[in-house]
Amino acid sequence: MRESKSIFLNIDWIAILLFFMLILMGWLNIYAAVFNEEHRSIFDITQRYGKQLIWIAATVILILVILIIDPKFFSTFAYGIYALSLLFLIGVLLFGKEVSGSRSWFQIGSLGIQPSEFAKFATALALSKYLSTFNFSLQKVKSLIISLAIILTPAILIFLQNDTGSAIIFIAFILVLYREGLSGSIMITGIAIIVLFLLTLLIHELYIIGGLLLLSLVLLFFIKRTTGNILKLSLIFLISALFVFSVNFAFDNLLSEHQQTRIRVLIGIEKDIHGAGYNVHQSKIAIGSGGFAGKGYLKGTQTKYNFVPEQDTDFIFCTVGEEWGFLGSFIVISLFILFLFKLIRMAERQKSNFSRIYGYCVISIIFFHFLINIGMTIGLMPVIGIPLPFFSYGGSSLWAFTILLFIFIRQDAYRFQIL
Amino acid sequence: MITHPYTNRKFIIFFIIILVGIVFIFRLFYLQVLYNKYKFSAENNVIRYITQYPSRGLIYDHNGELLVYNEAAYDLLVVPHQVHAFDTNDLCNLLNISTDEFCNRYEKAKKYSMYKPSVFLKQISREDYAFLGEKLYKFPGFYVQARTLRKYPFPIAAHLLGYIGEVTMDEIEYDSYYKSRDYIGKSGIEKFFEKTLRGEKGIKVKVVDVFNREMGNFHDGDYDISAIAGSNITISLDVQLQAYGEQLMKNKKGSIVAIEPASGEILSLITSPSYDPNILVGRIRSHNYNLLLNDSLKPLMNRAIMGTYSPGSTFKIVNVLIGLQENILSPQTLYSCDGPESRPIKCTHYHVTPLDLKEAIQQSCNSYLWKVFRSIITHPDPNDPVMGYNVWYNHVLNLGFGKKFNTDIPFELNGNIPESRLYDSIYRKNHWTALTIRSLAIGQGEILVTPLQLANFAAIIANRGYYYPPHFLKSTKYKSNTLLYYPRQVTSIEPKHYEFIVDAMLEVVEGEHGTARWYKLDSVHFCGKTGTVENPHGKDHSMFIAFAPKDNPTIALSVIVENAGYGATWAAPIASLLIEKYLKGKVKRHWLEDRMLNSDLISSN
Repeated sequence: MRESKSIFLNIDWIAILLFFMLILMGWLNIYAAVFNEEHRSIFDITQRYGKQLIWIAATVILILVILIIDPKFFSTFAYGIYALSLLFLIGVLLFGKEVSGSRSWFQIGSLGIQPSEFAKFATALALSKYLSTFNFSLQKVKSLIISLAIILTPAILIFLQNDTGSAIIFIAFILVLYREGLSGSIMITGIAIIVLFLLTLLIHELYIIGGLLLLSLVLLFFIKRTTGNILKLSLIFLISALFVFSVNFAFDNLLSEHQQTRIRVLIGIEKDIHGAGYNVHQSKIAIGSGGFAGKGYLKGTQTKYNFVPEQDTDFIFCTVGEEWGFLGSFIVISLFILFLFKLIRMAERQKSNFSRIYGYCVISIIFFHFLINIGMTIGLMPVIGIPLPFFSYGGSSLWAFTILLFIFIRQDAYRFQIL
Repeated sequence: MITHPYTNRKFIIFFIIILVGIVFIFRLFYLQVLYNKYKFSAENNVIRYITQYPSRGLIYDHNGELLVYNEAAYDLLVVPHQVHAFDTNDLCNLLNISTDEFCNRYEKAKKYSMYKPSVFLKQISREDYAFLGEKLYKFPGFYVQARTLRKYPFPIAAHLLGYIGEVTMDEIEYDSYYKSRDYIGKSGIEKFFEKTLRGEKGIKVKVVDVFNREMGNFHDGDYDISAIAGSNITISLDVQLQAYGEQLMKNKKGSIVAIEPASGEILSLITSPSYDPNILVGRIRSHNYNLLLNDSLKPLMNRAIMGTYSPGSTFKIVNVLIGLQENILSPQTLYSCDGPESRPIKCTHYHVTPLDLKEAIQQSCNSYLWKVFRSIITHPDPNDPVMGYNVWYNHVLNLGFGKKFNTDIPFELNGNIPESRLYDSIYRKNHWTALTIRSLAIGQGEILVTPLQLANFAAIIANRGYYYPPHFLKSTKYKSNTLLYYPRQVTSIEPKHYEFIVDAMLEVVEGEHGTARWYKLDSVHFCGKTGTVENPHGKDHSMFIAFAPKDNPTIALSVIVENAGYGATWAAPIASLLIEKYLKGKVKRHWLEDRMLNSDLISSN
């Protein structure tokens, strides 16, 4: 089999089909979200739907370029690309343009570029490269620390840009580490931390400590009461109690006012439909008013009258919910899940560790965006400003997701060349 | 194939993803299918935002007399996209317009936008609207929007009240509160107190069906914002005085400004010719506005604040005050006068010679004042007129001339008190002397003042040396603040010199040879000074400044009648009548009143 032919023969066309379906649906919904009666043509490039079409056309070129590049290029230059993206992140901190409080954009003429979007695939490359080194094991503390450093460095830089949403996405890589052998108890500890955190905000800390004490005593009844186990249990109890107290302190003193309210609104302590809860409230009305079958394409009143801010970007799912109803929402969610399954299957069939790990990076990033973005529009997640992959309006995010995905598709197409 | 120790973990990841998917779908099922609160309004309902215009604040005079109120009017809007076939004739009849005009307007609206509402017909009166409103449902695509028009119970004070009009693009850019077609105060009180008067707009969100029928409030009115009515204001104007002054000024060009000296509050600000403010309201506005704009008598100009005149003999008092303050003049100073033979300025009055200062003021002697002015300019150094001039200049500015008061009167002008630089550039440095600028001695030449500044000067004399910048604001609510906004200004001339001037000005009215002796009042002592101002536009301007009563004055005023002749012939009697009216409430000298009311100085010129 000659190599030039094999690229296209071995490409996973189903993945590409799913990719284009999502992009097309996104575009149609952007049209509905910002529909302007004075500019009815979906191709009108003065409007966002016209612009999105240009971005989409450009992604096709981007895809062809990626498919032509030698797949070994990405593994070879993984660290280089990573270093370059860190440079860009530092650069944007120094020379970037401030847009609504975040300094995360480079302005080149009329074109805005958001380096944090591209940092995701660069980090994915570097992490894959590092985790796939010979004899690597996450059981070694040093390896774990380096892995975390690779993930956290860009995250911190993005956090400094005041773009908390994009920084939080880097948590997604934990899933990759888990797949590659990170101890399950760390995951469980993580979940326990989050649950305790939320409980602390909801209930008075003394009740929680009482609850923890009760739980420990019950556990004590079931486990083997050896000295070691008893010691372990009391240590866990002590640490949890300390954590509860420090959360209260941290929440009041470290988080900014609007972050506090967002979290409070999310967990339902605060009902403020005109303030921080406004977006979510509006978004829920829009989605809820869609009913079972939706109001019909371009007929969403909530959508049309700009009740939901940022409806073409972060809140694009509202349009789906309102105009296509439960049926449409079900289809979109199913498509994402199918797409993620497809990617897991692709990742698992890789012969090279690098490709598999990279595949999981892609899965984790897309999954986390999906989780947080849709979760926030239906009031299950805090309002964190991140786009819905392939759907939301915006060149930077569309291109970044395309690059992220197609580097993997390229690796996948190449899998038979690896012995 | 390389076996991997953690391959089974893919199932857990698999499981997490499917779990999230299921949670999302359940949540969506709950929100979209089970939960009913979010399901309102049928599919074809459309939401319309209706701007709620607040009622504009009313304006009252200082006695609580209503000066400006609102009347409802209605704008007819059209959204061409929503228009269906309807009976054009019917609508034309309702609107009182021809079918041709209807088509024109409709085409214009279509050109503007098919989807955005544009004004089809402006300011339909309440009566016409009563018929239209009932039948509006027959004309889908047409809406009405309530607006307010300003109405004036008294046909007076048009200039100072100002008017409201639609915002211009510039105004929208300057203040984003305004949207296209909003009204804004364009001049006068309406402009200055715009923010107080306008209130805050509100919004009503309504659901309407395809036939443009209201289906009720959107979302129980949760998104409505109610309008906040504008605040009423009380201004210092005295309606009776203003109306009387305007009557007296009928068929004359000129202005009257009356101030309450103790507070700086303007009691009347009259400009003539004037017009009834009601003619610049509603649909007749643009027609009438053009008539006024093209009138050769310039009725749109507010002469009281925008007319600049040489002050003439009224200004002699300024020079006398400066002379007294600078110690180069005393009440005992005697100068000779050769009457019409006097050099370098001839005197138009015949009187004794030599004469003292009081006689000079009483009879407005030009020769005497020339000598006073020469002393000011040549003091302290006879060879350096600039030094003397600057002393003079600073005093004049200090007396409120040559600059705006910058209170609540929009569009006032500076007038002109030239700096010495001007003479340097006209005559070259060191090439001019007191003689060169001698016209200033008798208030002619380069200096220009506004009637407002002259009235303020009268108030300064009335107060014996200080003034509050003239202003209109007099709301009881703000009363205590007004004097903080416009603090007392003390002049650079000592009070004792004013006392002398007050006596001299009383002589002008009551003295045996006073230039205004025919108009003295039996009931009250008042002080004044005539002015007869040469000007290039024809007959002299007749001018008079006055205040009354002599002690504890309650009114100070300036009167200017353009191209009328001697100050004593027109301005002085008008001032005298106004003082009588203001202080006594009623005018007894009917012969004088009739002469003033019936004389027409415009067509006779």
